[in-house]
Amino acid sequence: MSNSIKRGVSLYSYQEEYFLRKMSLEDCIAATAKTGATGIEILGEQMVPGFPKLSDEFVDKWFGWMDKYGVTPVCHDMFLDFKKYKNHYLNEDEQLESIIRDLKFANKLGFKVMRIIVSTSPELMERAAPYAEEYDVKMGIEIHSPWHINTAWMTRHWEVMERTGSKYVGFVPDMGMFIKKLPRVQINNMIRKGADEKIAEHVCSQHEKGVMSEYIIAEVYQMSERPIDRALAEMTRHNIYNNPNSLIPFKDHILHIHAKFYEMLDDYTEYSISYPEIIEVLKKCNFEGYLSSEYEGNRHIQDIMEVDSVEQVRRQQEMFKRLLG
Amino acid sequence: MFEKYMIVAEQARYIKEGNKITGFQFGARLPYYRGLGLSMVEDIQVTVDEKPVEPGKITLTVHDNSYTLKEMETEAEDRWEMGEIAVISIDGEELPAGEHTIGLVIILRISYMPFPSFSKASKKVVLK
Repeated sequence: MSNSIKRGVSLYSYQEEYFLRKMSLEDCIAATAKTGATGIEILGEQMVPGFPKLSDEFVDKWFGWMDKYGVTPVCHDMFLDFKKYKNHYLNEDEQLESIIRDLKFANKLGFKVMRIIVSTSPELMERAAPYAEEYDVKMGIEIHSPWHINTAWMTRHWEVMERTGSKYVGFVPDMGMFIKKLPRVQINNMIRKGADEKIAEHVCSQHEKGVMSEYIIAEVYQMSERPIDRALAEMTRHNIYNNPNSLIPFKDHILHIHAKFYEMLDDYTEYSISYPEIIEVLKKCNFEGYLSSEYEGNRHIQDIMEVDSVEQVRRQQEMFKRLLG
Repeated sequence: MFEKYMIVAEQARYIKEGNKITGFQFGARLPYYRGLGLSMVEDIQVTVDEKPVEPGKITLTVHDNSYTLKEMETEAEDRWEMGEIAVISIDGEELPAGEHTIGLVIILRISYMPFPSFSKASKKVVLK
């Protein structure tokens, strides 16, 4: 089936190397371009020191890099720090100000989509929509595990999209909601921290069979009183599996996709997430946006080995190349 | 996340006034994947050889700006950037020469999480 799905990389993927200053922002952009991906996604608060301030010099440099490496700004991932101050929860006007701050930031750097952090309320999205239109940046609420499209929170966001009919509010689904097998890098990390291997094996097998997370947790609470074993069982709550066909009913509201991954194997498959099935569904949806690599395995292996995010992203992009044709 | 990199032992050294040792300092990185306004650093706890340091003696310096824990509570603009090596200084704590074990706990108020983020690390350092 022909398709117009585009490939991008969230520079979040290179967080290990950036954190340790082994790679600069420009290095991350160059590494993305090298995979053949054309879309750049960033977290302003991660790789733009002094955020949200943008000097003219930085903006010039930014667009210079886009030209030099032949890539396009696609998505900025915002955060909404409503607990910014001790003992003062930002009110809705203050939260709106924070969203507008990020819309301006995204607009200045040429991003057309902004990932909205999952905890942002549907009411706030509705209030922010006219500003999104003013700055020409579409806002996509991230559907991130343990949420999925049919949870109450996302249902209410969907209602806002339907009621307002605004093209400036939509969804950014994170593929971490399609976890068929628990990430082995994460399980092994917990075993290194002391989790019982037999319990780990049991949890993995129950999860793979599709046993409800609450049941797995209840079982393990009876098997062990150790916090590490219980934490391992609770992982199943944050690694949900859905049928990828669940994307179809809301396909017209999908603005951008977070192609989350934890471990790309050397045969170009992902250990936990079945991308061949997901991409078939995205083709059926006629999705025309960016499939954006989001590597998140580093935190589970950094204690025992040197992380190679560049190779991990390269493998995922190679897999996409083959699957997209 | 990033606990392994929290304490930068290579930057541990004595603070001196003239020849007198008045405290010590070490490098520290925020255990998080983005930078944060300092007001969201809920707490920094330091131990030396398992003995807790009084909170009032702790100062954090990010890109040459220094803050006490109390001052950090209201500083929302200045940020501890992702991966930035800040300096944690302990004033008024004299330590004998040689090796010491520094313990560091950093608690962050991350708005999208229903509980505080708690990170803990410890490292042996030799003060210079």
